[in-house]
Amino acid sequence: MLTLTLILLPIIAGLLTLSTKGENAKVIALVAALVELALGAYTFFAFVPDATSQFGVSYNWIASAGIKFSVGIDGISLILVSLTTLVVPFIILSTFQNNYEKASTFYSLILFMQAGLVGVFTAKDAFLFYFFFEAALIPIYFIAAIWGGENRVKVTFKFFVYTIFGSLFMLLALVYLYIKTPTHSSEITALYETARLLDASQQGFIFWAFFIAFAIKMPLFPFHTWQPDTYVEAPTAGTMLLSGIMLKMGTYGLIRLLLPIAPLGVKAWGTVAVVLAIIGIVYGSIIAIQQRDMKRLIAYSSFAHVGLMAAGIFSGNLDGIQGSLIQMLAHGINVVGLFFVVEIIQQRTKSRELSSLGGITQTTPQLTIFFIIIMLGSVALPLTNGFVGEFLLLKGVFEYNAWMGAVAGLTIILGAVYMLRLVQKSMFGTTTSLTEGFEDLGLTERATLLPIAVLVIVLGIAPNIILKASEPAVSQLLSIINK
Amino acid sequence: MNAIIALSLFGITNLFLGFLNNRKILLPATLLFVLIAFGLNLADWNHEYYWFHNMLKTNNLSINFTSIILVATALVVAISRGFGNDEEHTHPAEYYGILLFSVVGAIMMVTFQSLFMLFVGIEILSVAMYVLTGSDKRNLRSNEAALKYFLMGSFATGIMLFGIALVYGATGSFDINGIGNMVNQAKLQDIMLNPYGPILYGGIILIFVGLLFKISAAPFHFWTPDVYDGAPSIFTAFMSTVVKTAGVAATYRLLSISFPAVYGLWGNPLVYITCLTLFIGNITAVYQQSFKRMLAYSSISHAGYLLITVLAKTPTTNSSILFYSLAYSIATISAFAVLMVVSEAQSKSGKPDETFTALNGLAKNNPFLAFVLTVSMLSLAGIPLTAGFFGKFFIFADAFSNVSSLFKTIAVVAILMSTVGIYYYFKPIIAAYLKKGDLEKIELSPIYKLTLIITTALTILLGIAPDLVKNIF
Repeated sequence: MLTLTLILLPIIAGLLTLSTKGENAKVIALVAALVELALGAYTFFAFVPDATSQFGVSYNWIASAGIKFSVGIDGISLILVSLTTLVVPFIILSTFQNNYEKASTFYSLILFMQAGLVGVFTAKDAFLFYFFFEAALIPIYFIAAIWGGENRVKVTFKFFVYTIFGSLFMLLALVYLYIKTPTHSSEITALYETARLLDASQQGFIFWAFFIAFAIKMPLFPFHTWQPDTYVEAPTAGTMLLSGIMLKMGTYGLIRLLLPIAPLGVKAWGTVAVVLAIIGIVYGSIIAIQQRDMKRLIAYSSFAHVGLMAAGIFSGNLDGIQGSLIQMLAHGINVVGLFFVVEIIQQRTKSRELSSLGGITQTTPQLTIFFIIIMLGSVALPLTNGFVGEFLLLKGVFEYNAWMGAVAGLTIILGAVYMLRLVQKSMFGTTTSLTEGFEDLGLTERATLLPIAVLVIVLGIAPNIILKASEPAVSQLLSIINK
Repeated sequence: MNAIIALSLFGITNLFLGFLNNRKILLPATLLFVLIAFGLNLADWNHEYYWFHNMLKTNNLSINFTSIILVATALVVAISRGFGNDEEHTHPAEYYGILLFSVVGAIMMVTFQSLFMLFVGIEILSVAMYVLTGSDKRNLRSNEAALKYFLMGSFATGIMLFGIALVYGATGSFDINGIGNMVNQAKLQDIMLNPYGPILYGGIILIFVGLLFKISAAPFHFWTPDVYDGAPSIFTAFMSTVVKTAGVAATYRLLSISFPAVYGLWGNPLVYITCLTLFIGNITAVYQQSFKRMLAYSSISHAGYLLITVLAKTPTTNSSILFYSLAYSIATISAFAVLMVVSEAQSKSGKPDETFTALNGLAKNNPFLAFVLTVSMLSLAGIPLTAGFFGKFFIFADAFSNVSSLFKTIAVVAILMSTVGIYYYFKPIIAAYLKKGDLEKIELSPIYKLTLIITTALTILLGIAPDLVKNIF
């Protein structure tokens, strides 16, 4: 029941927001997101750390086709539901300085998006998963296409067609599996069992169908061409949703569907996937180093990070998957923080160009501290949240193949290069005409950045809160994969 | 089958209503006629009857198809607005009458038992449509479309008639069950060795040409864009829903009853035709500047999706075709309804503007129309939570139910083409929401608005709970 509430609450709040006018919209949206956060926190602490699915409900939805509305939270879902409920209030809070046209629509779309995301992470029926997977796309498309930058129509359209293209392949694989189930059931667990009956070539087909869907969503090299443009053109709140939560739909899909359904496919093609992911790490990092636009730089860094997560997942061991889970959480928090800092700088200077910025530290001790903490989290310094995930991920990839682990390990060095360059060029150095008289943080800005910075450190010091919750579920998943 | 008789009489009644000099009465009267026919049609539910010396046969499948045809007709009539206010040049009584006559033909196409009736049904439907296509007689394009449709259409039905003659020659029967029995008795190889074999084969292929022409499958689709574009929008809406549904139903009825035993003969060509139809329909639609022309190509592509399940011939093919036709029809009528009012509001020098740019900025002053348009486009594109998604879903499920691995390829082609479809179906949405335009608020009559609410609500409802109708089918 709790899960259902987590999905329905944002929808109802979204409808409520839609019916209001003017300033009220953002307040209602924020309150709703905070209530959702409280519910999410309650879920997190009420969750019994074992491998079962909890707080679930199941209704017959389309009886004739055996499709159920079945949702529940297990250890893996829990991490991502927590991420979603945690990050959305910050995203809404980060927009408080802006006055968007048609604000009520804007905030209601964010809430609808949240409902879709929670739905994806909790669905226990494969078609329900697909529904939410697509449903989450519509709000973000409109957020980016209506409130985005100059090129928004073209860029977001590319993003939309590209991602739908991928998810249609997932649909193909799901229908294929569903027809093969003896009782025509689309429960994800039933698909796990059905997949055992398939031979390697059939699983190879399913592997690629899923892989294209999720690789586009994350995105992995070479399916990433939509990503930098979309991140740059979308309004910052949209970029946060995309990079903070939405790309995790892809990684979550890998864990939930691809690995356990097509183990033979992974055996045959997993190396290709890991290699693509690692190419993405290095390629993304090198491009990030060259960027002049702050938002674009973070977009490429996100591309590099998700490559590492995918490599860890495809390595198919406990450390790799556990690491990817905690890294999803950490990356979600960090990237929202980073994009918010960019937003603050852009609002005050009307520029994101590194060459025209500099010297901001002189007037902004608070912003500097927060920015550096979040940056360090992103670089994965020990005692920050990024460290735990990256360490486990690299360990996982090493276990898989030492050479690949070594190349993937470049992310530590390259990540430090581009992140430090970002901070140095934007914050330090001499003041330019644009950054003169840069004001320090206001109240809502502090209220957003402070909790993010605290989370960066807390999760770095005590990652076990997260790891414990997901471990039984991951172990069980691995036993399914290796059966 | 009383629906056929009733509709014929109603059509004549409509012609006489024209003498009343009261145009207002025509639309509600026609709507009432269609609803009565709908009731008469349902009265035969769960009974299998032969009619007119085994010429027609009604069963639940044919009743379902008839229902979809009548629903689509009712919706088209509801948005017809008395066919404009041009007192001098329009003859609404005749239009409504002819429309009802063509529905009679459509119903015969879905209930035929004898190949004669198939031919007569197609002719009744087609002749009525030739007239209606050219009904905008001051418009050159409308005239051209009518002539083109007539020439090519009569040629196609002629070929089909020849095919029927050949099949009769090979099997000695016009009855579809009789033909089926004859074909069943002989194995495929025997048929080909049999001196009548090539005759049968030729006959099947020629009948095919006629039917595929009607549902505008490639490579028999060349008339579609010009005719759809030239005909008055309201009749294009009728053509792309009622005619298409009837054509697919007839094709399916014939193939599944008469020729399942010789699947090898028509299956292979149909695979190529299906893929070609999907490819040509979708790819060409991308390049269209005119919304109406895009809808014409989209209707070609939907014929391709429907043919997939005809090919797969699984036990669920019936319900898949029915669901898809219903979903496609209501979404298409929504789209045409929006197109009609918008293109008229944007008309330049008396000519309605049917390009995508006419939709620019629609959402600003006409949020309702923009929403209707969006839902219908999403449904045609097959996005979840609309009826169109489940239409596609059932079709893919059918394709995979067939053990032949060929269907994996067809499904991949269909998926790729669906992606292309999303590209062009989003053009109107983008124009309506993201482009700037200065379209004034368009006033809609209550019945027009109600129709749009019904089609939109149905599209969403069937997208959330397809079981509502799927259980009936």
